[in-house]
Amino acid sequence: MTQRRELMAGMIGAAVLPSVGAQTHELSAQGWIDQLTQGQPVRVGRVELTLPRLADNGLSVPLQVRVPSPMTAQDHVRQICLVSMRNPRPLMARYELGPHSGRAEVSTRVRLNGSQRVVGLVQMSDLTWWSASAEVEVTESACLDAS
Amino acid sequence: MLARAQIPPSVRRGEVFEIRVLLQHPMETGYRFDVLGSAVPKNVIHTLTVEYAGQRIFKAEMSTGISANPYLSFYTRATESADLLLAWSDDKGQQGRLAVPVVLV
Repeated sequence: MTQRRELMAGMIGAAVLPSVGAQTHELSAQGWIDQLTQGQPVRVGRVELTLPRLADNGLSVPLQVRVPSPMTAQDHVRQICLVSMRNPRPLMARYELGPHSGRAEVSTRVRLNGSQRVVGLVQMSDLTWWSASAEVEVTESACLDAS
Repeated sequence: MLARAQIPPSVRRGEVFEIRVLLQHPMETGYRFDVLGSAVPKNVIHTLTVEYAGQRIFKAEMSTGISANPYLSFYTRATESADLLLAWSDDKGQQGRLAVPVVLV
């Protein structure tokens, strides 16, 4: 099933997205993490990722990322990335913040393709990377064909 | 494109306030098929930027991993009475804009 989905994702991705960096296949979740962090070490901590433990509907799962940070010019959060370990396109969103944000907190609603681990990756102003992850049980996956 | 942004009716100078944004968009994944069996092309809002007082205060890059009718909440610090300017665009090249006045008391 996963294989078929990946094959399908590859085919559709290639057909629809030939212009985006000439990238014909989607990176894996770990591939995305490596590309975002440029191989920098990622430490666990400093990030609070809030997701429901059990999500009935994978089409819309509320998610909140919070980083306790003074958000000053010297010490602030530069970006927050949301990575799904099981979605066909693992990088769900990337947010750019800065000292004028005042508070490093972002909430959104994500699509999840089945039960999985979701990772919040955060880059600080000193260019270090920090992460937090959460396991989610998804009763109804987002990637079922709706037709 | 329809959109709604909500902020407190008035804020004090230096106060950090929440901005909540709801955009109306199907966020098509490209993995769906219509009734005739042909693939519905991927079409998502890929970028949303927010400017305030001449500065870009927030940028979101989104993919198919974000739900239809994307909801977003983030914060900024009130510095002056000015408009929050939201601008976003999707894969079809459609663009949306919204200005929300920030009122300092």
